[in-house]
Amino acid sequence: MNLSRKLLILVPYSWLVVLFLIPFGIVLKISLSDIALSIPPYTPKLEIFSSSAEWLQYFMALDLENFIFLSEDRLYYVAYLSSLKIASISTLITLLIGYPIAYGMAKSPEHWRPTLIMMVILPFWTSFLIRIYAWMGLLSNEGLLNQFLIWTGIIDGPLIILNTNWAVYIGIVYAYLPFMILPIYASLEKMDVSLVEAAEDLGCSATSAFWLITAPLSKPGIIAGCFLVFIPALGEFVIPSLLGGSDTMMIGKVLWEEFFSNRDWPVASSVAIILLLLLIIPIILFQRNEHKQREVER
Amino acid sequence: MIKQQAHTIFEPWLNPTEKPIIQFKNVTKRFGDYTAIENLSLDIYSKEFFALLGPSGCGKTTLMRLLAGFEAPSEGKIILDNIDIVNVPPNMREVNMMFQSYALFPHLNVYDNIAFGLRRSTMNKADIPDRVEEMLRLTQLVPLAKRKPHQISGGQRQRVALARSLAKAPKLLLLDEPLGALDKKLRHETQFELMDIQEKTGTTFVIVTHDQEEAMTVASRVAVMDEGKIVQVATPDRIYETPNSIYVADFIGDVNFIKGKSQILEDNKILVNWAEGQQPIIGTSEDRIDNGADITFAIRPEKVTISFEEPLDIANVFKGKILDIAYLGNISTYHLELPTGQNFKAQATNTHRIERRTYTWNDEVWLSWTDTAGVILSE
Ligand SMILES: Nc1ncnc2c1ncn2[C@@H]1O[C@H](COP(=O)(O)OP(=O)(O)O)[C@@H](O)[C@H]1O
Ligand SMILES: [Mg+2]
Repeated sequence: MNLSRKLLILVPYSWLVVLFLIPFGIVLKISLSDIALSIPPYTPKLEIFSSSAEWLQYFMALDLENFIFLSEDRLYYVAYLSSLKIASISTLITLLIGYPIAYGMAKSPEHWRPTLIMMVILPFWTSFLIRIYAWMGLLSNEGLLNQFLIWTGIIDGPLIILNTNWAVYIGIVYAYLPFMILPIYASLEKMDVSLVEAAEDLGCSATSAFWLITAPLSKPGIIAGCFLVFIPALGEFVIPSLLGGSDTMMIGKVLWEEFFSNRDWPVASSVAIILLLLLIIPIILFQRNEHKQREVER
Repeated sequence: MIKQQAHTIFEPWLNPTEKPIIQFKNVTKRFGDYTAIENLSLDIYSKEFFALLGPSGCGKTTLMRLLAGFEAPSEGKIILDNIDIVNVPPNMREVNMMFQSYALFPHLNVYDNIAFGLRRSTMNKADIPDRVEEMLRLTQLVPLAKRKPHQISGGQRQRVALARSLAKAPKLLLLDEPLGALDKKLRHETQFELMDIQEKTGTTFVIVTHDQEEAMTVASRVAVMDEGKIVQVATPDRIYETPNSIYVADFIGDVNFIKGKSQILEDNKILVNWAEGQQPIIGTSEDRIDNGADITFAIRPEKVTISFEEPLDIANVFKGKILDIAYLGNISTYHLELPTGQNFKAQATNTHRIERRTYTWNDEVWLSWTDTAGVILSE
């Protein structure tokens, strides 16, 4: 490998080191510290230019106390589980809604497709926060949805949706739908239409051709879409805090409260470290899926 | 591979009591206001190896898709084994297609690709492995059964596609440019393999190709198509020797055209008056041609003999000057100029090594052919 290739590879690596590895080290360090009434609010602290004795002393002061605390308090356990549940169910709903949309897009006349893709991406042009606020307006008791339903006479009184888990599901499904649609669309669009015709030619009905050919061949897209929704949804903070109620437990919300309300940086950091460990498994699986896909396409 | 064909001549189309397995009856297919197939009628007989030949875009694939059931005709009937199949969906037709792109299922291995159709059929589950094995042996794919399509070569994929489409023993097998992706040598080998398999299985094959040599090699009959119409249907040798139009003569092989006016003699003989001061060409025609009609005389270059001495006792003798010689290995094509300035081609086999070639540039030579060597086309 020549020098310029090495330099080129150095760019992403230094990016990762500076923006991911170093912050991770700092968070890990804080998670092993103790809370303190100071600025910043934890101890021990370390000057970069210290003697080796001070370094030793510093490492002696670090411990796993916060992690033990997390394992003893049911709140965190429940919050993690509830996040996993909300993220999984939202991912499933997103898949059920996103797949037919992606399928319809891939089957539409070729000249329509750029427009359809544009329409899927279009919401990103508005701030995420504003769009979630808009849902508050739509879902509240006097919101458009309730007004409409009462006007049609389907219901007498307003449905209470806002500040419940229902609103959180709606918010997450809405916000992450494009991340499900686009990878599935990509895998369906590049699929050779003659494969389905070949299946029908060999005796499949249209439905069984879908389940035997189209669905398995769009699997990489489905897997990619599910991870792209599941991973950010698991740590989602804005949606549960704006749309969810007081009983909506999501780890992102807990983290925020530990950090800003309780000013307990060490516990907040340990919560974040565990969340990261939880996410590493799906991230590795995701990357393996992408890798396998590239193998097949080669 | 040499075809061992000692049995009786296979010519069901000449037998009036034979019923065709496929009949196209005045079939028209339009896409919007574009007519891809125009009022086409065609009979194909059981056990035939029928080739559709024509330039790109003439409607060959459309014709196949009509047979497979992926397109419905705008007008007309398609009869398979006495049943109008226009409203029968593709999965209910006893017709299988080998796709131009092979369309192998990438997530299934070779074995499962071949078994796919059998598993959707009424076949007894226990009999499927035997049938798949049989197909694997027939197409020499036994060692590759567990491979995925992306792990085998282009030629092997083509054989998997063939095995898959043959597995259900269809009444009719459609092959859409099956050898298009193969290199020339592999193509030739596969053509013979196809003929062999067609004979062994006794299936009716309809093959699409734009390669006239391929059509001539494999087919029992060839249909030449042009812009959604069939121009001529005949055996390969009839298509070559007695094309019914300038289009067919020109499409198949090399040919010289000479325009002229007809002068009818007795015994089917016709004089072609083609140029002032030149003796007329003597030809024959089975068709009825009017006296004085505008006709075209067509003759293949290999039917023309070149010599230094003026030949005697032969119907047509003309002078020519060699302009160019294209050496093709086994044969040479001579590009000549007739006394009228018209270009003319003649071919001769190279029985001597190239250094001892007898004819060279600017040589004045005699061109001769018999009265039955060419054809007279009236359009
Ligand atoms: N689904 C379709 N819609 C519109 N036009 C089509 C369609 N399929 C084929 N055609 C047109 O019909 C003509 C014949 O096509 P095709 O049968 O594929 O030709 P070939 O196989 O002989 O090359 C072409 O001009 C093609 O553009
Ligand atoms: Mg075609």
